[in-house]
Amino acid sequence: MEKRLLINKIILIASTISALIGLTFLFWILGTLMVKGLATIHWNLFTKDLVQGGIRNLIIGQFIMAFIATVIAVPLGLMAGIYLREYSYNNKLAMIVRNLSDVMMSAPSIVVGVFVYAIYVDKVGHFGGWGGVIALTIMMLPIIVSTTDNMLSLVPKELREAGIALGGSKHKIILQIVLKAAKVGLTTGVLLAFARVVGETAPLLFTSANNQYLTFNLNSQFPSLTVSIYNLATFPDKKSIALAWAASFVLTVLVLIINLTGRYITRNKHK
Amino acid sequence: MLKKILTVTAVSAIVATGVSATELNGRGASFPAPVYKAWTSAYNKATGVKVNYTPTGSGDGIKSIIKRSVDFAGSDKPLKPKKLAKHKLYMFPAVVGSIVLAYNIDGVKDGELKLSREAIAAIFSGKAKDWDDPVIAKDNKDLKLPHAPITVAVRADKSGTTFNFTYFLNKIDSSFKVSKKPHWMAPKVVEGKSNSGVTANIKQIKNSIGYIEYSYKLESGLPAAQVQNRAGKFIKPTVASFQDAAKYAKWSKDSDFYAVIGDPDGNTSYPIVAATFILLPAEKADTNKEVVKFFDWAYKNGDKTAADLGYVPLPASTKDEIRKYWKEKGIF
Amino acid sequence: MIGNMFKRFSLFSAISILLILAGIFVTLYIYASDSIHQFGWHFLTNSIWEVGEDDEGGVFGGLIPITGSILTTAIAMIIAVPIAMGIAVFLTEVAFPWLIKPVSIAIELLAAIPSIIYGMWGLFYFAPIIQKTFGGTGIGLLTASIVLAIMIIPFMSAITKDAMNVVPDVLKESAYAMGATKFEVIKDVIMPYSKRAIIGSVILALGRAIGETMAVAFLLGSIMRFPHKITDPTTSIPVLLANNFSEAQDLELSSMFYLALILFALSFAVISLAKFYFLRKD
Repeated sequence: MEKRLLINKIILIASTISALIGLTFLFWILGTLMVKGLATIHWNLFTKDLVQGGIRNLIIGQFIMAFIATVIAVPLGLMAGIYLREYSYNNKLAMIVRNLSDVMMSAPSIVVGVFVYAIYVDKVGHFGGWGGVIALTIMMLPIIVSTTDNMLSLVPKELREAGIALGGSKHKIILQIVLKAAKVGLTTGVLLAFARVVGETAPLLFTSANNQYLTFNLNSQFPSLTVSIYNLATFPDKKSIALAWAASFVLTVLVLIINLTGRYITRNKHK
Repeated sequence: MLKKILTVTAVSAIVATGVSATELNGRGASFPAPVYKAWTSAYNKATGVKVNYTPTGSGDGIKSIIKRSVDFAGSDKPLKPKKLAKHKLYMFPAVVGSIVLAYNIDGVKDGELKLSREAIAAIFSGKAKDWDDPVIAKDNKDLKLPHAPITVAVRADKSGTTFNFTYFLNKIDSSFKVSKKPHWMAPKVVEGKSNSGVTANIKQIKNSIGYIEYSYKLESGLPAAQVQNRAGKFIKPTVASFQDAAKYAKWSKDSDFYAVIGDPDGNTSYPIVAATFILLPAEKADTNKEVVKFFDWAYKNGDKTAADLGYVPLPASTKDEIRKYWKEKGIF
Repeated sequence: MIGNMFKRFSLFSAISILLILAGIFVTLYIYASDSIHQFGWHFLTNSIWEVGEDDEGGVFGGLIPITGSILTTAIAMIIAVPIAMGIAVFLTEVAFPWLIKPVSIAIELLAAIPSIIYGMWGLFYFAPIIQKTFGGTGIGLLTASIVLAIMIIPFMSAITKDAMNVVPDVLKESAYAMGATKFEVIKDVIMPYSKRAIIGSVILALGRAIGETMAVAFLLGSIMRFPHKITDPTTSIPVLLANNFSEAQDLELSSMFYLALILFALSFAVISLAKFYFLRKD
């Protein structure tokens, strides 16, 4: 009797300690970022490009690539999710796509970078923003598919049946009723997916590479915040390292804001 | 929903294809990166032309230019005329720099450590394992060198700096192979990517020593050793001693300026200096003209910047020779 | 008519996933074929990675990066599994109800931080601590594995928690009613019920860890040597690709693609095992 209570206590304490360890690291990492970020951040960073020691072009470049990737991945992933949930009647193909899409979601991001190097950089002969866009799209697509699949499964059958009863054609029911019903969940999913790909580095290293200047030309090397952090962090001078910290701080803040916004939308809906 | 998406796509496509001012992309050697960075920034202010140079390493630069994925490449390793012809490349030197042996030993300040040629070979071959090894200690009687293992900081990538440094090692001891990425025999080795990675490693690791370009030493404030030159003198790394060494370079446009300065003669020469080169794709006359314009501007206006950063500008006669070379190739 | 087009487009979109996956495999194989023809399976057991004279040809074997990948992942898993399990147990059975939400959000935020940030933090804050405590240079197997563990803990605990939450409350409550302690409920009710899903979650996290690049790119040392001590630097497939892919040419480049193919196949196999066998979605 005594022994089982003791074991119980030990295990519970151990699990509490694990949670504390997890939280410690979170606060440690966020804490260092805050301290380093607030010490290095300066308004001028947002008005100058990398060539003059700022990060304006890097933020813009990173977001343009992630944004265009979203514009491509969302309709494609949404449609794929619609097929899985609304058209496939869970046939074999749907089963395979569903599971392989999940597998793709966990594929190593560096491999995606290598792949896009082969199909883009090696073919067109130079690094370019489009390469980064393709790589991020591939990273994002399975996340959107899985979100759509999950969200549509939450839409009650009765809604669809009501639509059919009113004589609506299938695609209209999907577009006007089902998607509308799942709108909030889908928006959250897109925001979370965006937050995930906008912080990617490995798929961009040898696709978009980097650019010290502001450019909107996706056929040329494209400015990237994350690739710059990767390059700047190993520089020996204080200025570069400070810039790397400032860039890391900005990146993390933006990613967390987008992530929290996504979560906030869903939470409000459920209240 | 779909309509919204389509509009957004259209707008972003328009934004994305908006053509910008002339832009030149270069990639390669990290050895001259600080001076290129300063030059490109000033050139951008003066002309509006955007020269984008990514310091990755000479190996990366050579590959990128062979694959034609950039407009020009930087390499500290000159390519032999045969190889240039094979890949249809032009080559010319941009600036001269030097390699210093930077270290991190408690209590040993900048320029205090004296390294004989024998000691350098012993450190990088692993024959001298600790800092108080007699081969190092005998020239440093007034220093208190610790009985601690030596960590050798080298390059993780294929590097022109490594090529030039091993070229120098090979002059001391022919058992060293000249290579962009040799197998180091020393027992404790730490690799860093590009000059900056090695510098950062030395800074962070006690009792380490590594070879880096001089401007990285200036930037990081790391101490660097006096190195024994061919004439047997211990020479501090200073711009003056680099200039004395650079005089011994023999460049000629007829061999695409192929020359490794190596281990020069002279009593006052610092022994490890190297030129860094620019590679151009022969068939791309239009972009070549733009690249050449940039370097011509740098030769005219960039000498002071280069010297401030610890590089040695090319002598006027060499610059003229390079301009003749450009004219011959029809890109100037 | 429009309905039909809509349906076709949705089918095409679904198939595009398969096409991309197949495209990755085929492309990697084509680009790796020079190296595959030259070295074959021997590539997996050869530890020499040496570029030939003047960047042409050479001998390439993937044993060191493959070993490095396996070692970093294994050590990271040894550290991460107990902690992630502890967190999951804490969140399902131990914590006060008002604590569950903020703690889970905090853990999930940890999962949302971009991996390059873990790399930065590891390089400037964690490596020096490891250097002081364990000696060495601070850059090596141990540092990389611990940071990798920190990186996968939130992911692993989030999915493990979900797996544990599936257990019906009735089962748990009846066990408590019979006087079971929390540990006994975990051991005898939750674990047997969700064992499969928990194993699946762990394997899924393993699949992620093998391919994680940026958190370890700064920290493993990227040096082509076998580690003899746990603090020694070495390299792994993702680290080698991140640091040296873009300078490789010809046969070396092909060998890099070979390594990318191996990494992709490895993570594909591991994740498929988790997804198709343990976490099957029907």
